[in-house]
Amino acid sequence: MRFWRQAFEIARVDLIVERRLGDTIRIVVPFAVVALVVFPLALGSRITLVSEVGFGIYWALGILFGMQIALRQSAADTPERRDLQALLGLEPAARFVGRSLSGGVLMAGFLIVLLVATTVLLDPEVPDGGWSVLVISTVLVAIGLTELGTLAGEVTSGLRSRTALASLIVAPLALPLVIGGSQSVQALERDTGILTWILLLIAGDLALAVAGVALAKPLEEATR
Amino acid sequence: MDPIVEFENVGVSLGGRRILAGIDLKLAPGGRVGIVGPNGSGKTTLVRTAATLLSIDSGRAVVLGLGAESGDLSRARSAIGLIGHQPALIPELTLIENLTHVARLAAIDTGRIQHALEVVGLSEAADRRASACSFGMRRRIEIAHLLLTKPRLLLLDEAAAGLDASARQLIAALVRSVGDRGGGTIVVSHDLNQLDSLCDHVLTLSSGRLEEAR
Repeated sequence: MRFWRQAFEIARVDLIVERRLGDTIRIVVPFAVVALVVFPLALGSRITLVSEVGFGIYWALGILFGMQIALRQSAADTPERRDLQALLGLEPAARFVGRSLSGGVLMAGFLIVLLVATTVLLDPEVPDGGWSVLVISTVLVAIGLTELGTLAGEVTSGLRSRTALASLIVAPLALPLVIGGSQSVQALERDTGILTWILLLIAGDLALAVAGVALAKPLEEATR
Repeated sequence: MDPIVEFENVGVSLGGRRILAGIDLKLAPGGRVGIVGPNGSGKTTLVRTAATLLSIDSGRAVVLGLGAESGDLSRARSAIGLIGHQPALIPELTLIENLTHVARLAAIDTGRIQHALEVVGLSEAADRRASACSFGMRRRIEIAHLLLTKPRLLLLDEAAAGLDASARQLIAALVRSVGDRGGGTIVVSHDLNQLDSLCDHVLTLSSGRLEEAR
């Protein structure tokens, strides 16, 4: 009970801070949408190509800009605040879960906005039943990417080069999420079944959740 | 009664460098130990070790009856209050929101927050964001944190630096209240006058070793 109360408190405060700072809405979303606009311009007048690769662009930009959201939250923790949290009896695993909850909400919101922008700006080809698969895979990718970012933030906590190092950790480990997300829609087009890819995403999310909870305490002690 | 803090021949290294060596320190219930020393002598490391935030690599350390070897120091941590060099507030939250956050994490009754704000003289500024408050006001909120959490071991690391007389009086009252509850306080400062007024025993930390100051 105490664990979940602490986790929800961390998530609540993260979302209040985000609402007041507005980093995701004011910085990440506009830049991601601008990047969406740049792609068709770079491809010239080949409208059909833009439409064909629309969701590929969506997943690439979603991961790249999503990483900023995932890494931004843990970067806000000062050593003094982490000390205070430890002395208040905050369980490191509860912080991981809370941060993943708030990050997941932000990430899912960001990816949904990006999905709408992709649809409006690039008019991608959507197979029958594609929208529901896209929304499910988007939510699963959002959860996994947030967990990954939170975990990378914990691993690099207190390091001077944490931002660069965290990105290097997240980028390769995010590949299964990108593949699962993009291939679930592709599989629908090929009519080869989406279950494998959705299961890959669920397995990835669960593995990251277990790793995050199990490693939270040793990581906190090791990075102090 | 068991000591609040008991260090025997404690050594601490950070980043491969020996910071503390052969530290012997005993803080009895109701005790108030002052520590003075030059910059870089290891005062903050000593405070963070007493707060169980750093691991020792030699000797024996027992804090609030729990040794590092017991594995679970979290029970001891929740009875430790620390004021460090920088206030540990969330700048985007208001002062009352910061206190509420602390109370919720520590599972403390939030009904006591208003009283804590009144004691530190910040009732009127409760809805001001921490980022818009002066250093002294943020420090007072940290004192309010400690009024809520009521620690048995109070650690003050240059906590009074840069504060006005009334805020210093709040810190003195906090130290007294911890002693009255049978707790102990370690105060680190460059200000010998302050240590004289707050503590019953002053030690000098020099090159990672503790010595009697008087």
